[in-house]
Amino acid sequence: MPIEILMPALSPTMEEGTLSKWNVKEGDTVSSGDVIAEIETDKAAMEVEAVDEGVIGKILIEEGAEGVKVNTLIALLLAEGEGQSAVQSHIAGEVAPAATSGSAAASTSDIIPVAGLPPAPASGEHRIKASPLARRLARDAGLELGAVAGSGPQGRIIKRDVQAAMAQPTPVSSASAAHATAPVAIPSPMDEVEPLAKYGVSLDRYALVTADNITKISADRLSESFRDIPHFPLNMDCRVDALLQFRKEINAKAPEGVKVSVNDILIKASGLALKKVPQANASWIGDGRIALHKHADISVAVAIEGGLITPIVRDADQKGLVEISVEMKTLAARARERKLKPEEFQGGTFSLSNLGMFGVRSFASIINPPQGMILSVGAGEERPAVIDGALAKAMMMTVTLTCDHRVVDGAKGARWLAAFKGFLEDPMTMLM
Amino acid sequence: MSETNFDIVIIGGGPGGYVAAIRAAQLGFKTAVVEREHLGGICLNWGCIPTKALLRSAEILDHVNQARHYGLTLNGEITADIKAIVARSRKVSDRLNGGVGFLMKKNKVGVIWGEARITGPGEIRVDKSAKPAVEPRRPAPAGAMGEGVYTARHIILATGARPRALPGLEPDGKLIWTYFEAMKPAELPKSILVMGSGAIGIEFASFYRSMGVDVTVVEVMDQIMPVEDAEISQIARKAMEKRGMKIFTDARVVRVDKAANAITAHIQISNGKTLQITADRMISAVGVVGNVEELGLETLGVNTEQGRVVIDDYGRTSVAGVYAIGDVTGPPMLAHKAEHEGVICVEKIADLDHLHPMEKSRIPGCTYCTPQIASVGLTEAEARQAGREIRIGRFPFSANGKAIALGEDHGMVKTVFDVGTGELLGAHMIGAEVTELIQGFVVAMGMETTEEELMHTVFPHPTLSEMMHESVLDAYGRAIHT
Repeated sequence: MPIEILMPALSPTMEEGTLSKWNVKEGDTVSSGDVIAEIETDKAAMEVEAVDEGVIGKILIEEGAEGVKVNTLIALLLAEGEGQSAVQSHIAGEVAPAATSGSAAASTSDIIPVAGLPPAPASGEHRIKASPLARRLARDAGLELGAVAGSGPQGRIIKRDVQAAMAQPTPVSSASAAHATAPVAIPSPMDEVEPLAKYGVSLDRYALVTADNITKISADRLSESFRDIPHFPLNMDCRVDALLQFRKEINAKAPEGVKVSVNDILIKASGLALKKVPQANASWIGDGRIALHKHADISVAVAIEGGLITPIVRDADQKGLVEISVEMKTLAARARERKLKPEEFQGGTFSLSNLGMFGVRSFASIINPPQGMILSVGAGEERPAVIDGALAKAMMMTVTLTCDHRVVDGAKGARWLAAFKGFLEDPMTMLM
Repeated sequence: MSETNFDIVIIGGGPGGYVAAIRAAQLGFKTAVVEREHLGGICLNWGCIPTKALLRSAEILDHVNQARHYGLTLNGEITADIKAIVARSRKVSDRLNGGVGFLMKKNKVGVIWGEARITGPGEIRVDKSAKPAVEPRRPAPAGAMGEGVYTARHIILATGARPRALPGLEPDGKLIWTYFEAMKPAELPKSILVMGSGAIGIEFASFYRSMGVDVTVVEVMDQIMPVEDAEISQIARKAMEKRGMKIFTDARVVRVDKAANAITAHIQISNGKTLQITADRMISAVGVVGNVEELGLETLGVNTEQGRVVIDDYGRTSVAGVYAIGDVTGPPMLAHKAEHEGVICVEKIADLDHLHPMEKSRIPGCTYCTPQIASVGLTEAEARQAGREIRIGRFPFSANGKAIALGEDHGMVKTVFDVGTGELLGAHMIGAEVTELIQGFVVAMGMETTEEELMHTVFPHPTLSEMMHESVLDAYGRAIHT
């Protein structure tokens, strides 16, 4: 019997993805560990490796297919001695009887469209255990039983489980707030052919392109964050002459090939400030609780082609500047190649975004849920400053801290900023 | 030298306590039960079980008296020998009491004989029990431990309840009885006034009526058996009045005058008037109160209110390491509720997975009067009060083949469904053998079936259970035999 290759889940919350590339074609021999395909999700492109050896008997999902559900059968691998007939019978018998009836005598190169496949093929499907009453309550509420956690005997879904699920504000699992894709309300029916017609912009004046997954998911998440989180900005000017001097000295003594950037130092200072003001390292949880983070894991915004991604420097307070610099360099490089693993960009406790290199003086970023704060760093520049009672030149940098007021109020945010500024203006203290 | 240090000590060896003890032993806890007078508690010694024995005698007497309806001629006379009836009832209790002792031994549960008091966290002092609730006290079972100080990581209070006494109308054991005296009369009185028509009151009323005693029932609420569905209660009242009982509802005994061998009760009835009823004996059956006293609870700071220990969903009291189950924690005061609470409590101590609080709305209740009454879930009035939109199904015994063949064609099966979801909210039955039928609906509710599954269930023919099916069908206008 052919071995089924299923759409993998790259993260626990992934529900679907784009099958961006097939590296093999039907008839190719693969061995365990070979990269056979690439999958793109909201944040990363991932390689799919073969776990068994054999011959690719059939590719069922074509390259470029979007919205492929996790666990969908994407290809069949033939074991030694199995011929194409095994593929035929497998598809006819197990995958989609409906699909084989019409365009039945599917040639081996036929592609079964995604829509024709059942949401979860036989091997990935489990019978949902639920009481009759629970089934009816869920049906009446339009609730997917599969999305309800069962608390009855052996995980059976019973009345109270459905009622609890119905009581939740959105059908989206609350645990996946970071990935929640709450639909954005569209005020009036959209003209699909000419989507901007109602704004008076005619089609001949723009080109329509399809956004990639990253952009689509970001759009939803950012809208949700900006709309639902009571956020506010706090500005602070930091004098960075000492910081620049400190960096110069470090780089003079740094190992060959390592060059500590200002951003690397800001990562370290952020981590230290989070440890110094731990109340600010927090996440609001929908049910009225607050998560107080034990680690200072800094998500650092990196611009990549087609979007933005935030690789994480974990425990930034405990790492040396050289270590941070090296780590950040590889993370950024791998981010640009879209080779980050989910755990490398999911789960930070605080974000840092720096547009200083573009000459931006100050800006306020949108909070990256479920984090409580994000710091926006502007350009370091010479500005007039009053030093010791006299007007003088100083290197100044404006930073803006956007806070989720539910966990970080003004005073808390200000204390964090003061701690951060203290590290920047007297960099030696970062080493204590 | 017997052991004095346990994982779990349970105070009280009634149905809640001994079941909890067995479950604890199954889970590997070193367990002991403290009991002051009788393993099996009131249920087995002075409650559920011995009354069933009495009522069985009454039922057989009733049947024999109806013999001619079945084509049977009795040549001679049938007489109720109350001494022999009571003796049989006591024998039934003795046998089960011994059975509990055996179960304790088999499960290696220690039995400590005496009266317990919690003297500190995890510490219990057991003294000789001073004054037994009932004479004669049963002897300590063989191998029981005695007075002394015992320690336990977890102490479960399962001390049960005792008859409530109304001020001025206190039972005296001679003219005013509680269930203790009513259970073992030396001779049959000519007339009895039963105060209170809950399960206990109505069962004794039914028993004594079958024995030929002149019975009057006085109930303060507007229906007999106030927890039952009003329609069922009404049918019960009619059936009992037909059997010759006098029933007063909305009526309160305000004073009792005692003569040498009779009482005269002054009863205030709804229109403000007062009745006087004279009877040989009065049975006070106005509920029970939890045994919360002299356990050391105040010193320990265990929260109690209105004669009951306050617990959470898993029997935990306000003091860590102290738990309570059964009647001492409040209504419904039923042995099966106590047993289930005991099991949940112990399993929670063992921290088993997938534990859930007991669904109190799914605890059935059975009353073994004639006709029998059994119910589970919401009454029609309760369902309406809860704002549920409901469908009611009814099916009469008079349309059921088996009931007619049995000569038991009086009664009804009533079902209450939620219109929107088809959830079975309640089931209420009156008539022959309904106490054995109700579990069908209890299982159905426990499994969360809707009317659909019940309609698609094949009920055996000919049985009384077909009425359950028909009642469900009737709720949806589909009953076949009406």
